[in-house]
Amino acid sequence: MERTEAELIAAVLRGDAASFEPLVQKYSPRVFATARRYARRESEVEDIAQEVWLKAFEKLNSFRGEAPFEHWLMRLTVRTCYDFLRRHQRNRESAFSDLTGPEADWLERFVARPETASETAEAAKLLVGRVLEKLSPPARLVITLLEIEDRSVREIARLTGWSVPLVKVRAFRARGEMRKILTKMATEKYL
Amino acid sequence: MNVAELQKKLLAAARTNAPDDRVPYAFEKRVLALLASRTGADRWVWWTRGLWQAAVSCAAIALLLGAWVYLDSATSANTTDLAQNFENTLLASVDQSDQAQ
Repeated sequence: MERTEAELIAAVLRGDAASFEPLVQKYSPRVFATARRYARRESEVEDIAQEVWLKAFEKLNSFRGEAPFEHWLMRLTVRTCYDFLRRHQRNRESAFSDLTGPEADWLERFVARPETASETAEAAKLLVGRVLEKLSPPARLVITLLEIEDRSVREIARLTGWSVPLVKVRAFRARGEMRKILTKMATEKYL
Repeated sequence: MNVAELQKKLLAAARTNAPDDRVPYAFEKRVLALLASRTGADRWVWWTRGLWQAAVSCAAIALLLGAWVYLDSATSANTTDLAQNFENTLLASVDQSDQAQ
């Protein structure tokens, strides 16, 4: 008979580490998908996922069981991703002059006739990845959660541990930061 | 260039690009192995930390007692000598018999 999540967690807390395996197996796809939003290299994604699970094991006694385990784990995942962004800010200084051919083509098509530049194009996806990499860690986190994952401000506050007003302030700043990066990109490309 | 429009398009592009949720083979086994190795290491860390704390406490107590004995002997040097008193008491009967003879 399959054990419930609560039973598995109780067993882990009693010292049966093997009961942690089904939890890792069940929720790892979500952890990996979240980590892939913030890290590009697969080795970095794996490091984030591993760190999430080690933290989850260590902090499992702080899980009260009032909310689903998945919510608690996603909070931990988002916070670990944020820590990762703060530690790896190396890509923020690179220039836009090294745009690939398809990326530059997409941008030119957008400048000439915006409606013909499709958002489903692979070049647009690569370009947005490049822009997101240039954002500061809080801006990247808030843009990802609010604009890309379409989460509410309250939900973001719960995930990040920030207050609701702070999320709103950071979202406002993040949009401005993104516009500034896009303006810089346009200037570098066309001036 | 309309930057606001470009921002909207790029965010829409990001929304259509859902990240892959693939998990590397035997990832859960790796996590469990890591946890097991950490638990073993943690036990050693616990013992080492405990022994160091005990050593530091012992050294502190020894120093305090040493200082106390030193200061006490320095202040009571001119008054009573415990060793001398002990010897006098022990040999009191011998002294008395010597005096009687």
